Amino acid sequence: MHELPVTESILKIILAHAEKNDVRRVVTIRLQVGKLSDLEDDWMQRYFDYVSRGTPAEGARLEIERTPIRLECDDCGESYTVENAGGLDTPCPGCGGRDTRLIAGREYFIKNMEVL
Amino acid sequence: MIEVKEEILADNNQVAAGVRERLGRQKTLLLNLMSSPGSGKTSLILKTAEALQGKVKLGVIEADIESRVDAEKVAACGIDAVQLRTGGFCHLDATMVTQGLEALPPKDFDLLIIENVGNLVCPAEFDTGAHKNAMILSVPEGDDKPLKYPLMFSICDVLVINKIDYLSLSDFDLAALRHRVLALNPQIRIMEVSCKTGAGLAEWTDWLAREVAQFVGS
Repeated sequence: MHELPVTESILKIILAHAEKNDVRRVVTIRLQVGKLSDLEDDWMQRYFDYVSRGTPAEGARLEIERTPIRLECDDCGESYTVENAGGLDTPCPGCGGRDTRLIAGREYFIKNMEVL
Repeated sequence: MIEVKEEILADNNQVAAGVRERLGRQKTLLLNLMSSPGSGKTSLILKTAEALQGKVKLGVIEADIESRVDAEKVAACGIDAVQLRTGGFCHLDATMVTQGLEALPPKDFDLLIIENVGNLVCPAEFDTGAHKNAMILSVPEGDDKPLKYPLMFSICDVLVINKIDYLSLSDFDLAALRHRVLALNPQIRIMEVSCKTGAGLAEWTDWLAREVAQFVGS
């Protein structure tokens, strides 16, 4: 639901890098988004197409890599991955402990971009 | 190819850290209150103000997509309140909170409560700069909400279960709810209240008063 502010932030960062590197056109933007994010890839692209009009990033394709959700057990220290938000209550596979902490899965990260 | 390697929400996270630090220096505790629409955020704030009157200097930042009804209701009870209209945004971010802080009268607040936009999804993803996050789940919403909105339940320090007076009329399973929530977030405090009857409210206001005293005294 909040694709718009996120895509605006992406554009701002991309344009700053484009200007610094004298980029004429941005072709692809590679993102890492944690699996816990509710953002829809298609809507991100649509919003990005909209906010980037008239900029060097117009027409750029977003390649979104979903990064895993990782939990860490406070009892034995084991860290493990769960498939989706529904798995957040999975007990530690090492010791069965339930005192777990979320250590990854909420990322919003721009890795790199392909440019002309 | 150009390496970018930047956090997309870095701007917001930075502003949020700044808000937290500044209010920390001013000894003002900032609490972010989140829930679905209609679960009782405004009611809980009014009850809280009533209970803490004379003990805690309270201000409220209201956020809504449209309308000022919440701020008007709160201000009518003599509480300093500002209304932020998010203009279609589904959540508050730290920059909007900064605007809210500037719009409040320059008083020595002990506690500021943000009433976030009614929504269990987006507010969970954006750091507002709050020191504590609390959420309300009301009985009519059902005990399955932690399964549907796990992130929200994962990031909160307190869960207030409101409208507990409806319990006998519904098939809401309190034990199942507690089990689901604690599996997601073993550290969360769960409090059962009814803003209508006043049941359980003392646990919430006592907790809040203790947190404020600790924060102000630190």
